[in-house]
Amino acid sequence: MTSINLPLSVQIAFAGIALMLCIASCLSITLQHRRPECDYSELRQRVRTWWIIVAVFAVAVLINRATSVIVLGLISFLAFKEYLSLIPTRRADHRVLFWAYLAIPVQYYWVWAGWYGLFIIFIPIYVFLWLPMRMILIGETQGFLRAIGTLHWGLMICVFSLSHMAFMLVLPAENNPGGGSMGILIYLIFLTEINDVAQYLWGKSLGKRKIVPKVSPNKTFAGFWGGVLSTAVLAVLLAPWLTPLTRIEALGAGLLIGVAGFVGDVTISALKRDLGVKNSGSLLPGHGGILDRLDSLTYTAPLFFHYVYFLHY
Amino acid sequence: MLRRLFYLLLVKPLVLFLIGLNVRGREHLPNSGPAIVVANHNSHLDTLVLMSLFPQALIPQVHPVAAADYFCRNRWLKAFALNIVGIIPIDRRPSARDGDTLAPLLTALDQGKILILFPEGTRGQPERRGKFKSGVAHLLSKRPDVPITPVFFSGLGKCLPKGEFVLVPFFVDVFIAPAIAWNGRRQGFMEVLEQAFDALQISADKPGCDQG
Repeated sequence: MTSINLPLSVQIAFAGIALMLCIASCLSITLQHRRPECDYSELRQRVRTWWIIVAVFAVAVLINRATSVIVLGLISFLAFKEYLSLIPTRRADHRVLFWAYLAIPVQYYWVWAGWYGLFIIFIPIYVFLWLPMRMILIGETQGFLRAIGTLHWGLMICVFSLSHMAFMLVLPAENNPGGGSMGILIYLIFLTEINDVAQYLWGKSLGKRKIVPKVSPNKTFAGFWGGVLSTAVLAVLLAPWLTPLTRIEALGAGLLIGVAGFVGDVTISALKRDLGVKNSGSLLPGHGGILDRLDSLTYTAPLFFHYVYFLHY
Repeated sequence: MLRRLFYLLLVKPLVLFLIGLNVRGREHLPNSGPAIVVANHNSHLDTLVLMSLFPQALIPQVHPVAAADYFCRNRWLKAFALNIVGIIPIDRRPSARDGDTLAPLLTALDQGKILILFPEGTRGQPERRGKFKSGVAHLLSKRPDVPITPVFFSGLGKCLPKGEFVLVPFFVDVFIAPAIAWNGRRQGFMEVLEQAFDALQISADKPGCDQG
């Protein structure tokens, strides 16, 4: 597919994202020049990494279905690997972990084939029942429940949830005249990331009362509401370009993404706090690990997918 | 040639993508021989990961030192280990100790090679460091000017522990310390080396490591 076949709205969306990144790059460079005494290297690195994320994302959505599924599958793989590297695992489960990894290509194969029925039950039912059975064949019962619980939670978060992003690309394009096949995915990812940024900015400027002090002491009510409302406004404005949603449906989608993005963020924070690490990894300079960046999407992707799927597909 | 392709096309992609490394202190690795790199040993992957840390142009100079009784136990494995991986085999039987055992290593150092040594002698228990053998001190007492760089791996014993042939991906931490110089005493030197590894291990120990 060449760029000529892309819906105009998608071309504008990518141009808009590139423009925003240009502004961010200029701002971070100017800040460093204005105040050489402060260290903005982390901000600079963060923006630079954003460019790479957007480039990978562009490859993931713009070329063809096979490329999309492979790139998004690899992202699931990296997220799941990061998760398994963080949590304590039992030595006896070596082979079980291998089976868990195998679920990733299989799950993304269902996506590529557009096989909704298996896509939606494979991990929650078949993998869910198979992995404990495989553990029992090994026979180590010490720590069984913790091992199988943590393993399946990781698969649900890193593979099942995130694979909903890929399935958005195989939904019939004719149901979404404005945005084509990639419109709703761009809409979801853009709003989720903007929501993160908006919650941070509102919290920094107005935040006082803490919302979940034990999990994430920097999150405030003002940040939360400011972010959710900003996201909802943007959701309504962008919906006709990228999605089949009506205005009132788009408002619902914006609120859903705003709230779910927050919950995803603090869920991964709780995981990190439990394990005593600051970042989930070091794959994305300036951001931390890949789970640090995907945290909100682990919640928004499946919830937004089923919202749109119920309403329009 | 085959050896360079093996590392470029097979080992580097495997190590960088399938496993994934967090390297700290890469600048401490030697960029020319003669030099010795010592590492803890938990998995066959240790050698491959260490080799992949060196720039492609340096690969022909770098040779892992490995046990002849293990890697030369049949013709195919021997050909692969010698020509593709590029090991220098040594005889680790007690009767062959000292002079003869180390001779091929001394020759390699004199040719300006970089040697990779695993002073534990064997892979041992996954994710547990065994006691170092003093062969490296014997080697240094004969070539006192050669710098020795400690490298500590954490996590490779989870990816491919001894006795397993199924590789399970995990991110792996690699910690590299500045080179240590020979201090003239065998016993004292092994203590210094063990201390360097203890320090690397402390910086590596964090929640999330294998607790199996």
